[in-house]
Amino acid sequence: MRKRIESVNDFVIKFANVNGTGSASANNLFAKALFRMGLPVCPKNIFPSNIQGLPTWYEVRVSEKGYLGRRGGTDIVLSVNPQSMPQDIQDVESGGYFIYDNTKPLDLRLIRNDVNIIGIPLTRICNEQYQDHRQRQLFKNVIYVGALAALLNMDFKVLTNLVEDQFKGKEKLVLPNIHALELGHQWARANLECPIGIRVQTSDQVGNKILLDGNTALGLGAIYGGATVAAWYPITPSTSVVDAFEKYAKRVRIDPGTGRSNYAIVQAEDELSAIGMVIGASWNGARSFTATSGPGVSLMSEFLGLAYFAEIPTVLFNVQRAGPSTGMPTRTQQSDVLSSAYASHGDTKQVLLFPSTPKECFDFAALSFDLAERLQTPILVMTDLDLGMNDNMSAPLEWDDSRKYDRGKVVTAEELENGFDFGRYTDVDGDAICYRTYPGTHPSKGGFFTRGTSRDEKAVYTEKGEEYEENMLRLMRKWDTIKEYVPGPESFPCGRETHIGMLYYGTSEESSREAGDYLAMEDIHMDAMRVRSFPFNEEVRAFIESHKQVFVIEQNRDAQLRTLLMAEFEFGPDKLKSVLCFDGTPISARNISKQIKRHLKGGAVTPLHRNSVARGAGE
Amino acid sequence: MSYQIPKFRHPELPVNELGYTKADYEGSISTLCAGCGHDSISGAIVKACHELSIEPHKIAKMSGIGCSSKAPTYFLGKSHGFNSVHGRMPSVVTGASMANRNMLYLGVSGDGDTASIGMGQFAHVARRNLNMVYIVMNNGCYGLTKGQDSATTDEGSASKKGDPNVYSAIDLCGTALQMGATFVARSFSGDKGQLVPLIKAAITHRGFALIDVVSPCVTFNNNPGSTKSYEFVREHAEATGTVDFVPMRKEITTDYKPGYTHEVTMHDGSSLHLYKLDENLDPFSRRSAINTLEDHRDARSILTGLIYMDKDSQDLHDVLQTSQRPLNALEEGELCPGNNMLENINASLR
Ligand SMILES: Cc1ncc(C[n+]2csc(CCOP(=O)(O)OP(=O)(O)O)c2C)c(N)n1
Ligand code: SF4
Ligand SMILES: [Mg+2]
Repeated sequence: MRKRIESVNDFVIKFANVNGTGSASANNLFAKALFRMGLPVCPKNIFPSNIQGLPTWYEVRVSEKGYLGRRGGTDIVLSVNPQSMPQDIQDVESGGYFIYDNTKPLDLRLIRNDVNIIGIPLTRICNEQYQDHRQRQLFKNVIYVGALAALLNMDFKVLTNLVEDQFKGKEKLVLPNIHALELGHQWARANLECPIGIRVQTSDQVGNKILLDGNTALGLGAIYGGATVAAWYPITPSTSVVDAFEKYAKRVRIDPGTGRSNYAIVQAEDELSAIGMVIGASWNGARSFTATSGPGVSLMSEFLGLAYFAEIPTVLFNVQRAGPSTGMPTRTQQSDVLSSAYASHGDTKQVLLFPSTPKECFDFAALSFDLAERLQTPILVMTDLDLGMNDNMSAPLEWDDSRKYDRGKVVTAEELENGFDFGRYTDVDGDAICYRTYPGTHPSKGGFFTRGTSRDEKAVYTEKGEEYEENMLRLMRKWDTIKEYVPGPESFPCGRETHIGMLYYGTSEESSREAGDYLAMEDIHMDAMRVRSFPFNEEVRAFIESHKQVFVIEQNRDAQLRTLLMAEFEFGPDKLKSVLCFDGTPISARNISKQIKRHLKGGAVTPLHRNSVARGAGE
Repeated sequence: MSYQIPKFRHPELPVNELGYTKADYEGSISTLCAGCGHDSISGAIVKACHELSIEPHKIAKMSGIGCSSKAPTYFLGKSHGFNSVHGRMPSVVTGASMANRNMLYLGVSGDGDTASIGMGQFAHVARRNLNMVYIVMNNGCYGLTKGQDSATTDEGSASKKGDPNVYSAIDLCGTALQMGATFVARSFSGDKGQLVPLIKAAITHRGFALIDVVSPCVTFNNNPGSTKSYEFVREHAEATGTVDFVPMRKEITTDYKPGYTHEVTMHDGSSLHLYKLDENLDPFSRRSAINTLEDHRDARSILTGLIYMDKDSQDLHDVLQTSQRPLNALEEGELCPGNNMLENINASLR
């Protein structure tokens, strides 16, 4: 008998679709239904840089244990794209399931004997049911969701309820969608062995969690953080940040009395202009932000240096994608760490925050405005396509209504009137952060000239070397103050004596944790730390110092965070070992554990090359 | 709250309605070359702001990089200033204006800063009709980097060190018209009589107001053979007419000169009197303005004065319908929706 993967509430399914055929919403329906059955899910959209026609995939991982990263490997492929079929069938794990549209017979050369092949005549069912071409295309997706519900033994009622919720306000669409679900469901029950070896059953593992994409969370965070001016230039994968900001601003920021907007969104002519607008607005006392990705940050560099040197609060959300250059614009990476940390010429250092969940995107977005104004410097919130554009399971969003915005050191007209001795770049209280005034504060006091050229403590232009140097040293002291304000790392001791640790950030978290669990089962125990910001604080140094070897897990080729750690702390290369994935897909747990094991065996002293890295997990 | 106006005042110096003398509108001592056209423009700005009785601290001086962009240090010493990066002043002003619509944004730029590196931002700020005054101190060269030709150098014009320029010149007034600017004027740094009322009109205009001011660079581009030298401009300037700016507060009839051909009421109630010389120009028609500019270009004369104005201009705040209260004055309570709404959002994500 052919091998069959058997599992309950634990599998990876991949949908192979054609871009632009409406598959995303059906796939999303499938993932959300599982979520409503109380199962932790992790959906990931893998899409091309194309509007219509190219292959696109949607991967859903279900894990009752709550692992939310990519596992690696695929147990079920649902294939409705003949274009990518040869590769898709190859991707199925041995003993897994390949479900396809058998209206056209499968090319015999593709058949694999170690895979369970299941045919559903999707096109035929559609052609019999629907006359209209567009309907045939759209409902085909819904029909396969119905069939899957039967094959996996999903609670069908959850699906139909979800359809009713999703089409609230568009009731006309409810019945046709439920009908399509039923078509697939009934056909599968009548013609196939249901369920297959992989099944789901209702569970209670999601608690009060929500399913949300990081970009929406950033946009909402900007609303809660009091941003009033957004300036941006469209770029994947950051575009939906400003979309979300606008959506919620229209809800909560239109003055009911006057109908006027308590916000302004300007779509700039390019990223240079976008960041210039943010700097102008922040200089003038509004909270302002931009959202972009690597190519945009490259263009913004000159301005980021101005904001660093002239000490102007600036908030930038960098939703990273695969570079260099245009790279793979719809694939994920954490490869802007160095270029963001040192964005701009001269001795410049920028503050980075690394959220790893939608909740943290929300929290850090709101926090970034407080930090920018308190620290008077750019704050770059570093997410990526994986976190930004996929629905991620997350703790619910919360806001403490007693919290107050920290507007930083700003001198008021009254204080000036009462004799405050204002010097824009004078460090009066020793934390190296100076007082500023908003333009227009007082008729005769507190005015100053903001510039990117050197100046003295009273903001008067100077080319005196000592004064320039003094200012640059103050900025270094400010860097130390910053460490006290940015979110510290999270530490996960394994509870045993160990000399190895792993260190990760952002979207590498879930897979790293899971890999740690795999390795623990093989008696390899590691302490773990998640870095949440740059500059690093002392805890990060202490963690690295207290371990003989630390694996730095990240999604780029050049081990960028490791480079940053070595530069800031002067650790040697023997101490910090890289675990990398940069093929544009989110790093998987299997990949990480494989690389760590290889390191521990002592095999890989030289840097890992692509083959050993990306192929590491047999993906 | 009220503030004390500085008490000490030279008894003879004339004060404006706010009680300020002209000295209250001046800045630090200029470090530009003696005779540089830019300094005369600074002087005109001081005079215009003083005579209009604008609170100096309600003005923000914005610039890019260049000798011209340094000029804001030399006027309006009580105003906040922002010397940004090369060619990017318009974006900084756009953000600043979004944050606080109640200030006057006075942008100063050079021909390099505007017509080369900053061309994109210049075009788009005009197109958005941002409410600002944009003064180009146009010397037809890069002063600060020692005299290279710029994109406004006329074809055939030669600077002190250079061969005649072989590229065609960008006409910033023409470009601004094409891009949708709602107030376009040209003047000459050596003609304060024309420049001061134009600056006043530009300040009062609601929307994007460009004044392209030919401003000779005495060090690198004031030689025979240059079309941006004092001598050449004096010989070749042709005014569209003259402009009188009449503040609302004045009794209009007493200030009348007879024979003006247009009176325009500005949105703050003041008025502009235009005395037309150029029969072909209708300054309220963009098409006529563009044609007249082209005619003068053909004749190698420099058209100065008010070239175009849209009396019903809608600025960016009008278009975006932003709150009348400046966005930077909104309080936390008005901006943050609170935890209740988050609970609803969470519920919709389950
Ligand atoms: C990004 C960048 N490139 C080049 C420069 C060097 N630079 C400084 S001023 C200037 C030209 C200024 O010309 P213009 O705007 O006409 O001003 P002017 O000095 O003639 O008044 C240049 C190229 C710079 N500061 N920044
Ligand atoms: S170099 Fe030219 S533009 Fe610069 S200050 Fe001297 S005269 Fe003026
Ligand atoms: Mg110049």
